[in-house]
Amino acid sequence: MNNLLNSYFVKTHKLEISITIIAVVLFLIYFLGAPHVFTRFPIYRAFMQSMPFFGIIAISATFVVTLGEIDLSFPSIVGITSLIFGIIMTSTDGNFFIAFILATSLGMFAGLVNGLLVTKIGIPSIVATIGTLFFWRGLVNVISQGSGIAIVDVADGTWHHMIFVEKLFGKIPMQFIWFIVLTGLMQWVYRYHKFGNHIHFVGDNKASAQMMGINVDNVKIIAFVQLGFFSALAGIFTMYEMLYFWPTQGEGLMLTTLAAVFVGGTSVFGGKGTIFGTFIGVLIIGSLESGIVALGLSGFYVKFINGLMITVAVTVYALIQRRKN
Amino acid sequence: MAEELLKLQNIYKNFGNVKVLKDVNIKINKGEVVALIGDNGAGKSTLIKVITGVHSPNSGKVFFKEKEVQIKSVAQSRKMGIEAVYQERALCDQQELYRNIFAGREITNSLGFLDIKKQRKEAEKILRDYIGFTSKAITVDSQVMGLSGGEKQGVAFGRSLYFNSDLIVLDEPTMGLSIQETEKVLNFVKGLKNENKSAIFIDHNIIHVYGAADRFIILDRGEVVGEFNKEDISREELVQKMIQLHESGKIKVED
Repeated sequence: MNNLLNSYFVKTHKLEISITIIAVVLFLIYFLGAPHVFTRFPIYRAFMQSMPFFGIIAISATFVVTLGEIDLSFPSIVGITSLIFGIIMTSTDGNFFIAFILATSLGMFAGLVNGLLVTKIGIPSIVATIGTLFFWRGLVNVISQGSGIAIVDVADGTWHHMIFVEKLFGKIPMQFIWFIVLTGLMQWVYRYHKFGNHIHFVGDNKASAQMMGINVDNVKIIAFVQLGFFSALAGIFTMYEMLYFWPTQGEGLMLTTLAAVFVGGTSVFGGKGTIFGTFIGVLIIGSLESGIVALGLSGFYVKFINGLMITVAVTVYALIQRRKN
Repeated sequence: MAEELLKLQNIYKNFGNVKVLKDVNIKINKGEVVALIGDNGAGKSTLIKVITGVHSPNSGKVFFKEKEVQIKSVAQSRKMGIEAVYQERALCDQQELYRNIFAGREITNSLGFLDIKKQRKEAEKILRDYIGFTSKAITVDSQVMGLSGGEKQGVAFGRSLYFNSDLIVLDEPTMGLSIQETEKVLNFVKGLKNENKSAIFIDHNIIHVYGAADRFIILDRGEVVGEFNKEDISREELVQKMIQLHESGKIKVED
């Protein structure tokens, strides 16, 4: 046992192990407290259906947080890109390719704006992205004039609807499969690609990274652009699931998404993080509401327990970090 | 006549209205160790950063191996054979050694994915052969955080040797080091000459500078105000010159 605790893997994966234990304990509580719900499949299908919408963004946002930056504008990027997706789909009689390309391009453009404001103008990311948060949401309201767009006629029953949100073998929602695949891919990029490597160095120490020949501005800009892309993608997934655009789309995502990243163990100070941790963070944050209600507690406890989770988790990580130093 | 490695001609550098470098001319030969000395704010660090591509000069010419060059980035200066070991110790604390050694010039496949195995193997070689780390506590997977100042400096040196650079730029290499570690660093600088490599270094401690360098260039408020070969000046004279400069703002030219 002692040997196991001192092994190289354990030493280098303390965060991942802690977060996994927290998740297991939490699901154990669900399981024992509400066996009638948690021994049956439907609750898991519901999780698999709803988690990917913010999960995809959380995975992508882990890159930005590892830089020591933050992006608060993604809920509005989801809004504006979903709106454009809806408009193009309905006006082209369901031309998926044009709608997809334009919506994701707009997402990347919004990310580019964030990136340029942060690197070239020099505005702290928390301030810059509050600005763009309001800007893109405002534009959604102006363009949509407050009304929704139904894409049910042009999207329901199409092949793209099938590959985005229908159920594999009639059981597993496709968006969950995509979520798993993207998580794997992004984990690979995060740890083993030059870009992921540069993200870590820039987040760790900007000045040192610069002197080692890393183009700090470019790394930051690309990080914001990819988050813009994945925000658009999450918006498109939501559109297929709901078959409807509404002007507040994306607004509820901010807290759950960032909570998943921080509960997952990525350092707010930059330089260290884990995609796997964010994935587990998504499972935790995404299951809390249903879990709490299933346990028989009233819905009023949801935010309270959410807050407790986040506070305990970040405290544990801060302590682990302090012991290391 | 010694072979010329680097020549700076009429270099000017401003930050806004502040003229940090004014008409700087210096030359470094192959196999020569040159020390840059001067007070805080004399422009030493800026000059070094012009050489390593962190800053571009506003005007002036740079020659490397007798060819005119424009050093636009750190990556470019590294490719030419200029390697920097900075005062701020250009290593990132929370990252593993094997990642630090290759940061900015990772060994990758054509898609940009890292060849972790090769990086670890090469890093191992650097630790063992170039730096001579024998401690089992430090491996290629160690985070930089746990290393002492001298060990960090060692990693930075090892890196510069591994990449086979012609000119090694050292910004305050002995700052914050213990006496033994300082000794190691100075020996390293002296050892460069045997391999016909050149070095340019900044150090506040004239005793360190005097022992390791062949030539001294004195900067004051962005200008070169004096240049001495070691055989022409004793350590005491050099110290006197610096005190003089400090008090009067001028160096008396010997007649």
